[in-house]
Amino acid sequence: MALSYVLEPAVSGFNFENSTRNIVLENGSEEGKIKAPKPMKTGTTIAGVVYKDGVVLGADTRATSDEVVADKMCAKIHYIAPNIYCCGAGTAADTEKTTDMLSSNLTIFSMNSGRNPRVVMAVNILQDMLFRYRGMIGAHLILGGVDCTGSHLYTVGPYGSIDKVPYLAMGSGKLPAMGILEDRFKGNMDLEEAKALVSDAIHAGIMSDLGSGNNIDLCVITKEGVDYIRPHRESIYNYKRQAKYKYKPGTTPVLTKTVNQLELELVHETVQMMETAGSS
Amino acid sequence: LAKCTFFISHLTFSDILYCDENVCVCVQTTIMAVEFDGGVVMGADSRTTTGAYIANRVTDKLTPIHERIFCCRSGSAADTQAIADAVTYQLGFHSIELDEAPLVQTAASLFRDMCYRYREELMAGIIVAGWDRRRGGQVYTVPVGGMMTRQPVSVGGSGSSYIYGFVDSNYKPAMSKEECLKFTAEALTLAMERDGSSGGVVRLAVISEQGVERQVILGNQLPKFSTV
Repeated sequence: MALSYVLEPAVSGFNFENSTRNIVLENGSEEGKIKAPKPMKTGTTIAGVVYKDGVVLGADTRATSDEVVADKMCAKIHYIAPNIYCCGAGTAADTEKTTDMLSSNLTIFSMNSGRNPRVVMAVNILQDMLFRYRGMIGAHLILGGVDCTGSHLYTVGPYGSIDKVPYLAMGSGKLPAMGILEDRFKGNMDLEEAKALVSDAIHAGIMSDLGSGNNIDLCVITKEGVDYIRPHRESIYNYKRQAKYKYKPGTTPVLTKTVNQLELELVHETVQMMETAGSS
Repeated sequence: LAKCTFFISHLTFSDILYCDENVCVCVQTTIMAVEFDGGVVMGADSRTTTGAYIANRVTDKLTPIHERIFCCRSGSAADTQAIADAVTYQLGFHSIELDEAPLVQTAASLFRDMCYRYREELMAGIIVAGWDRRRGGQVYTVPVGGMMTRQPVSVGGSGSSYIYGFVDSNYKPAMSKEECLKFTAEALTLAMERDGSSGGVVRLAVISEQGVERQVILGNQLPKFSTV
């Protein structure tokens, strides 16, 4: 006898159990036709590729809140250090805060030790933190950077697992993006090839995933510096406003006006001088 | 050290029945290690899965713990990476204190301590293998739950179920290094053929007094078995 409270383990692969039921519901009687609910996703496509001279990171720019696009031009490639950038997928707040904290920690470290931070350091700090929070911080990150030991690309999962690979895609659009990367990645590509590859991978994610969309940002990191191309490719659907939505003052008639003066009494006043060092 | 603070967290696994579409990244796998006279041969497949998606098809599951001690990781990727990092630190510290190369048994005990103490929170099956001067090549297995035992040949991971028969019938004591390499490669190939969670390439490592030799057998170079 099956127990009612036993948790069923997640089944992999496609599940077609409800297809017949859905067909019956949709083609129901005249009064009883039920429209299928719209699929809801919070999504991202991010990708990264190591090429001859460095690392190319790419991301889409759509931030969704349930079914509404909350931000059409959100920046998913975050600054970590002058030579390290991080793409974040998953819960937006978590990726923002995590990358912010990491960036601050690495800056403090740089100032204390006089060294430039290494990508592997950033990865270790992230891994520590995410493992400690046991997956509660929903941050799926792709970290890429160039340091004195070379060009590196890492992925950090929300539970604290890391993988070091030459090409990567994460987010809800990772499957189509990964398809493009697996097909066309080669070792030691040159810059234009690498940019085209990452851009196409993100584009595939945008086309095939509902939660990804709008523009494509690219970030090219080399020993010489960083080229943050925002946007690299704009969406062909330009949301130009059809009319002016500014209202002239006086459009809404004012019926009555009441002014209440707040009686404020100065109780106590202190002045504190800032200590500015004369010579430093 | 920040790495070791994970045991201070007081969340028990029963508090969080956190089933998400993104299941935790798992290293469901096939891992194996064999002792021979003068060292050990270790092998692993290269697949890491997140649910039904292969997150990394070229994973390196043979992690160095010390110069001549490696571990094969299976179970949750995050847990095993964290444990391996913690043990690497502890063993390194111990070795510096002693001013001597550490024993494989010490490394295995450290793994066992951590896996047993936090058995409710962790999902990790580890095979520790290496060479030391006192007892030569040794293989210790620390499965889920935190038991530790020394075995001349040990297999682990989800794919190991399919090769117990092969291993039991084909293992002979006192095999040479080349025979052990062939034995490991064949066993892993058979497991990868049958287990969905194992696949990719076969990574091998030979640890002996001379040091560590690492090999990769690519997918198209794996030994072929005729299927009925």
